[in-house]
Amino acid sequence: MEEYILKIFAKSITRYFDAVADGGAVLGTPYLGSENESAGLGFSAVIGISGTYRGNIYYTATREKLNALLPALGETHPDDTLCAELVGEITNTISGNAREQLGGGFMISTPFILEGRPLSVHTAKNTALYVLPVTWRNHASRVLIAIQKDVDAATPDSESR
Amino acid sequence: MKLLIVDDSLIMRRAIERCLSGHKFTEIRVAVNGRAAVEEFARFSPDVVTMDITMPEMDGLTAVERILRNNPKAIILIVSALADKSTAVEAIKRGASGFLLKPITIESIQEALDDILSD
Repeated sequence: MEEYILKIFAKSITRYFDAVADGGAVLGTPYLGSENESAGLGFSAVIGISGTYRGNIYYTATREKLNALLPALGETHPDDTLCAELVGEITNTISGNAREQLGGGFMISTPFILEGRPLSVHTAKNTALYVLPVTWRNHASRVLIAIQKDVDAATPDSESR
Repeated sequence: MKLLIVDDSLIMRRAIERCLSGHKFTEIRVAVNGRAAVEEFARFSPDVVTMDITMPEMDGLTAVERILRNNPKAIILIVSALADKSTAVEAIKRGASGFLLKPITIESIQEALDDILSD
């Protein structure tokens, strides 16, 4: 996976916090993760990618971060249900926004929530896992990107929905 | 005016409701996927619909087509994270009145609805 992909997701996550929380997202240095590493932070969601790319996008955040972010969305009584919903919505938004550069052939599934479970990251053979740390008001979260271009897939235009 | 909010995300349904309750809309109902939206539209006859695209059971673009088949004057604003131009073009081709990209703000969704209602 190229630096190009990391830049796309960096832009997507920054745009999310700019719109929802008046900015303040600080991106750390991306690093190469390993399968089975303990990457989960309490609440996680995964979106399956198909079409011109194949793999998964994860977003994981601490309960404290989500509890701090929920009031920015108007939720004055944060709870675990809302925290789980929020990681799903963030994963969906940053993955969907990535289609601005990756095109309609970058197909995304609905998010699957992994609340309270260890985050088990599955990567296909020869697919690297990149971890993009995101700090907001000193609260940690991570975007995990494990995708690979599908050379056999159709062009973005013919795959769009 | 009556508003139907269609999104599989509880967070988004509640956020859109907060943005729009009191902004022209006095009666608001929600649906959690495209299939439920088609059914709720028939019962509720809303003046405006906000419609997500990526949802289980039936996606939003299919729901737009189904609603417009029986209600050709329905006003539907797509509210989606899918940022590629081809999706926005496809939504308009299928009859949506407008397209708003997530993440939304109060200003962006109120302005988008004001625009399509003034047309």
